[in-house]
Amino acid sequence: MAIFDQAIRRLSLSLSLSRKSSSLSFSTLSSNPLRVCVVGAGPAGFYTAEKMLKAHQGAEVDIIDRLPTPFGLVRSGVAPDHPETKIVMNQFSKAAQHERCSFFGNVTLGSSVSLSELRELYHVVVLAYGAESDRALGIPGEYLSGIHSAREFVWWYNGHPDGKNLSPDLKSTDTAVILGQGNVALDVARILLQSTSVLAKTDIASHALEALEQSSIRKVYLVGRRGPAQAACTAKELREILGIKDLYIHINEVDLHKSPEDEEVLKNNRIHRRVYELLSKAATSAPSHPSSSQRELHFVFFRKPDRFLDSGEGSGRVAGVHFEKTMLKAVGPGKQIAVGTGSYEDLDCGLVLKSIGYKSVSVDGLPFDNEKGVVPNIKGRVLADTSGDPTQLEKGLYVCGWLKRGPTGIIATNLYCAEETVASISEDVHQGEIASTSTFPKPGRQGLLQLLDSRDVRAVPFSAWEKIDSEERRLGSLRSKPREKLTTYENLLKVATE
Amino acid sequence: MSRSRLFSRIGAGIVKELSRGQCTAFYRTSLMQRPYSARWQPQVELHPETKGHQGTISQKHRQFSSTATGSDSADGSDLNEMISVAFVDKDGEETDIKVPIGMSMLEAAHENDIELEGACEGSLACSTCHVIVTDMEYYNKLEDPTDEENDMLDLAFGLTETSRLGCQVIAKPELNGMRVALPAATRNFAVDGYVPKPH
Repeated sequence: MAIFDQAIRRLSLSLSLSRKSSSLSFSTLSSNPLRVCVVGAGPAGFYTAEKMLKAHQGAEVDIIDRLPTPFGLVRSGVAPDHPETKIVMNQFSKAAQHERCSFFGNVTLGSSVSLSELRELYHVVVLAYGAESDRALGIPGEYLSGIHSAREFVWWYNGHPDGKNLSPDLKSTDTAVILGQGNVALDVARILLQSTSVLAKTDIASHALEALEQSSIRKVYLVGRRGPAQAACTAKELREILGIKDLYIHINEVDLHKSPEDEEVLKNNRIHRRVYELLSKAATSAPSHPSSSQRELHFVFFRKPDRFLDSGEGSGRVAGVHFEKTMLKAVGPGKQIAVGTGSYEDLDCGLVLKSIGYKSVSVDGLPFDNEKGVVPNIKGRVLADTSGDPTQLEKGLYVCGWLKRGPTGIIATNLYCAEETVASISEDVHQGEIASTSTFPKPGRQGLLQLLDSRDVRAVPFSAWEKIDSEERRLGSLRSKPREKLTTYENLLKVATE
Repeated sequence: MSRSRLFSRIGAGIVKELSRGQCTAFYRTSLMQRPYSARWQPQVELHPETKGHQGTISQKHRQFSSTATGSDSADGSDLNEMISVAFVDKDGEETDIKVPIGMSMLEAAHENDIELEGACEGSLACSTCHVIVTDMEYYNKLEDPTDEENDMLDLAFGLTETSRLGCQVIAKPELNGMRVALPAATRNFAVDGYVPKPH
């Protein structure tokens, strides 16, 4: 295996060298290029950068991120046991290493540099900083201890520097309730239920692995407001969790009953159909009782959380969830919503993870639709307000990814999202909507770096990320893991500047 | 599953190269093989566990190996080693390319500067190399997609009855003359007549 590894490394190295030199030979470095700043180094930001570099020969693209590390949710969102999904980092790294592209980590929009400053420095600013907050349920007890958002929990096990201190208590309870049945909910359930010997071979954060090794959680409830025909997960993630070794799966067979509306949904939607089939197969093939040592996964349908139960005596700890049973009501063609039936049921648990959606946050000077949690835009062009008036555009300002369309979709969705935004930019450049690069040259990269320098902000370039990367791999190899993530800003910046 | 499959393919590639080192007559093929095996090796860590369809893996491996043996048999006929495949772009423009037996359509597209995304580099973890086989007759010559491929096709944009992932369609003699189209949504923009260069 080592020989193969070496051979591959050599081959890829020679390949990348030959590519670099050939790209130099036909490059066109202009003295007054179109200067573009992309905020956010996740999939939306990188696909935008990649497409801008291709579509605009000569354009200079800088990607900034508040973390010292690039790749956004590919690094801190994708589950540690999904290494294949992270391979796209190779493609993003190639974009970052492009001669007209730069990455600057540790630069925060809003504190290191303001939006209005960025718009002064660059011809084009594309905001692709995603969704770093959570939707709230707005029900009593939501802030009891033992209740976390799935986002926080995911950051914690993925070693995000803002997630290290979450320290969820996995030792005082044997039951966790996860609210939501999307792919994030399934990821979180899988991490809780998976054997730690499997997780130990991934790039999961060590603090999380240790906590999971000592976890007393044996039962996980995945709770959805609607039924199996409406479940928001995809077949891959569902198949994966259903396939966990020695896991007892429970699905109420009565929940699998299909209404004519459900039949219609399943007929017209391939994802829902395949998810339903998997659930239905799991329900009928499962043994009726778990064996004594088995961990358990319960799919609970038609329940909406009404309030959280306190363990009493002012402990402030969650002890359970009070659910209202629901039924489906058709509200339009193919659309059914869950409505309460007035009948209730409690579920005891000591840990709750809310996986009901991410939410974007605004920055100073940015039009924001608080209701939808997105920046008002038409095909990525930022609108001055939420009235939807297409003539009131914020010139030179664009959005891409979750900030543009809300927190849904897969990595590849950002590919099409970026194509659309870049097409809008190209149209605007072509039609003279963006300040001409020759009559209005902008300071771009140099100006940004001067500004950051004057504020003592230490930007982390891509070469410094590569140091972090190799240190993490080195640390990982000592523990037979592909990578041991550095999980504090201090350590990340230390390695970056060594 | 990816690691074992990828490594078995790398293994086959390297074994092939080694055996060819003795046989200068096949040096040209050897050169051509080099970049594609190099390019598509994921450089990030892969899960050491193997899971899923081992059957498919060994099957694909066998297919690859038998090809290697076939080309070493020195009958010298290109027809036995390469098939013609046409890639159709959004304007209906066709590019005819020669694809060595055993190579995937994803690799072949990249070898020939055809813009086809491949975010997960052929490890069945994304849907970006989605292609549409334009002729049902050819589609039927392909082995049925595995559950894992179908899981990814679920998420492909512009899915059709004859959609496949480019990384899972492996050139074999029966596919000679096949046409595959890139779905509209996965194509990159060409601005002001600029023809995008591949990665």
